[in-house]
Amino acid sequence: MTLEVIGISVLWLFLFGYIIVASIDFGAGFFSAYSHWANKKHILHRIIQRYLSPVWEVTNVFLVFFFVGIVGFFPKTAYYYGSILLVPASIAIILLAVRGSYYAFHTYGGTERNWYLLAYGLTGLFIPASLSIVLTISEGGFVEKNGNALALDYGKLFASPLSWSIVLLSVTSVLYISAVFLTYYADAAGDERARSLLRRYALLWSGPTMLSALLIIYQLRHHNPEHYANLWTLAWMFAVSFLFFALTVWLLWRKRRFGLAFIALLFQYAFAFYAYGISHYPYLLYPYLTIYDGFTNEVMAVALIIAFIAGLLLLIPSLYLLMRLFLFNKAYVKGEWEGGKE
Amino acid sequence: MLNYDPVLLSRVLTELTLTFHIIYATIGVGVPLMIAIAQWVGIRKNDMHYILLARRWTRGFVITVAVGVVTGTAIGLQLSLLWPNFMQLAGQVISLPLFMETFAFFFEAIFLGIYLYTWDRFENQKKHLLLLIPVAAGSSASAMFITMVNAFMNTPQGFELKNGELVNIDPIAAMFNPAMPTKVAHVLATAYMTSAFVLASIAAWRLFKGNRHIYHRKALHLTMKTALIFSVASAIVGDLSGKFLAEYQPEKLAAAEWHFETSSHAPLILFGTLDEDGDVKNALKIPYALSILAHNHPAAVVKGLNEIPEDERPPLYIHYLFDIMVTIGVFLMLVATAYWLGSIFRWQWTVKKWFFGLLAAGGPLAMLAIEAGWYLAEVGRQPWILRGYMKTAEAATSSGHVDTMLVLFSLLYLILGIASVTVLVRMFRKNPIERELAERAGQGEVAP
Repeated sequence: MTLEVIGISVLWLFLFGYIIVASIDFGAGFFSAYSHWANKKHILHRIIQRYLSPVWEVTNVFLVFFFVGIVGFFPKTAYYYGSILLVPASIAIILLAVRGSYYAFHTYGGTERNWYLLAYGLTGLFIPASLSIVLTISEGGFVEKNGNALALDYGKLFASPLSWSIVLLSVTSVLYISAVFLTYYADAAGDERARSLLRRYALLWSGPTMLSALLIIYQLRHHNPEHYANLWTLAWMFAVSFLFFALTVWLLWRKRRFGLAFIALLFQYAFAFYAYGISHYPYLLYPYLTIYDGFTNEVMAVALIIAFIAGLLLLIPSLYLLMRLFLFNKAYVKGEWEGGKE
Repeated sequence: MLNYDPVLLSRVLTELTLTFHIIYATIGVGVPLMIAIAQWVGIRKNDMHYILLARRWTRGFVITVAVGVVTGTAIGLQLSLLWPNFMQLAGQVISLPLFMETFAFFFEAIFLGIYLYTWDRFENQKKHLLLLIPVAAGSSASAMFITMVNAFMNTPQGFELKNGELVNIDPIAAMFNPAMPTKVAHVLATAYMTSAFVLASIAAWRLFKGNRHIYHRKALHLTMKTALIFSVASAIVGDLSGKFLAEYQPEKLAAAEWHFETSSHAPLILFGTLDEDGDVKNALKIPYALSILAHNHPAAVVKGLNEIPEDERPPLYIHYLFDIMVTIGVFLMLVATAYWLGSIFRWQWTVKKWFFGLLAAGGPLAMLAIEAGWYLAEVGRQPWILRGYMKTAEAATSSGHVDTMLVLFSLLYLILGIASVTVLVRMFRKNPIERELAERAGQGEVAP
């Protein structure tokens, strides 16, 4: 394994982590807002708040990790993506800023406003949509290079069926991942009404995620034949991913083992996400930038990997503590222990 | 209409983000330490007032952390979005501390979450206090790592430039560059100092408004003592920073001090203005003081701006920023000293209403000094973004949309600023300390 591959694998892992934790967060926000207008707030609100409260800050860090890490390992991405992403990334930052700060204002400051809840719910869908554009751009065909200046072709991007399929997958995935996790969480809390509603949502969104994923593969065939051909060499990974998907749906359907259903979902997404990533190899941005010509020097790469391992040794026990105290603490999950919520 | 200039607009947008972010970042670095001190005193003295102080500060702190986190994410991304050429170059040498900063922040975020939700979970308050140590250590470490990057921009080292390629890269040498020790020390000391003054302002404001509750007196006393310690520390580090500049960045010192000609026995120019001929008017000149500040000797030779090529001189207005920073710093140190002596010798005038008013102004003033200091540091490095290697003008994006983004981010910061202040004010107005004490006494939980 070359340093380049180690670097991108680590980053891909963090992006995967972000996609999962952020999807749960974004989807929870959407369901929370939706339940308010659909008169189901009493069913969902408590369970969602209980999960979100202690972890909201942690979610954001996964994203920061990814973009600081990618500039560290592949400084040229700062030049390529930095130059072209000013508008979409700025919009994502602004939405994240509004969402993150208003969540804290609401939870700790007690601000209660309808328009705020609406904004909170909608940003949960707009943020993944705006972030997913980066994946579309990475497929190539949307960036023009004139001498040293790079420009993003917005007309082409918005007219592309591929970008809309990716947006569709990101939104449906957010709702699906979130619903499956919250079903498990409600089950652990012994909250049967919330569980049955969330289980319905989970089943409802399972089909659309799979359809939009297939749609992307179909679009890719026309948009980037090279990438499409690479996908086929990894067909077995997609097949494994599909089996895990089927397992999740089956378990949800039979109302059994919700924890296992969520773990199967993690494997489903991990296999698909890594298969997608590996087939993208070696390009960071078709056709301009590969992981090899964008890579930092060897000394820095080794230093970053050492820092990464040292950091993990610090973080994993801390994350374990956080999860033991809140996510997987029976008393906390069931609401028997309010935890001195300020 | 002005011509569209992406370099200028990128600078304005970066300045705007940092101006806004630094307020919340400073609080984010300093306040956890203050909370820890209050909780520690409360445990040791078994005094509910200090524990409540820690709890109430924490509640407010969460709001500022939220804004700090989101604006920190913004500046983190804007570095690449607005300065892609700089990050491409510097990223090869200085990404290690940037990477470690995210770890430090992650660590802080996890334990802040735990700390917030476990106030009454431990029989032993000391265990709860222990959870705050990673929060305070994490936030201070974040500040240290980020300041290392900023120090690197001022005194880059740990690489060689050969034919436009960076070779012989040494990330550790880049981190521990000459500007690092004084800069990190100055950022940390002033963050603790400013946070102490900001919290003192809150207590002083209550006393100024005529509320003479012992809780506010205790809060004021604790914060002012801490503020005094850290303002002395800031002044000492400030002096060392002067010596560092004289040695490694003489153009910044010379521009900030309006020291135009290299000379010995150099006086320190405070205040004043420049006339059309570039002569200093109305200034206060302290003989030999610049030589002492720069080299610890009244006869020492201090390099003047005349030795710097004209296109590498920082703008001269940074002298005003220096004035603002130093004047406020010294003034606040004197005020804190007066308060401290007053409390020992029972001076009557230090418990007068006007004096409380003065103390209430301390927090905003300290924050103003922080802003002036950062502007001095950043504008004083111009025209360089990476001193000696890359000019700011070469580093910026060529995107055609920086103006629109500037408008959007201005709106964002305006909204976040107003909203965070409104939420904080309402939060404490709805639940004044008297009410909280009465509720706790009513529950029979603690004797106030």
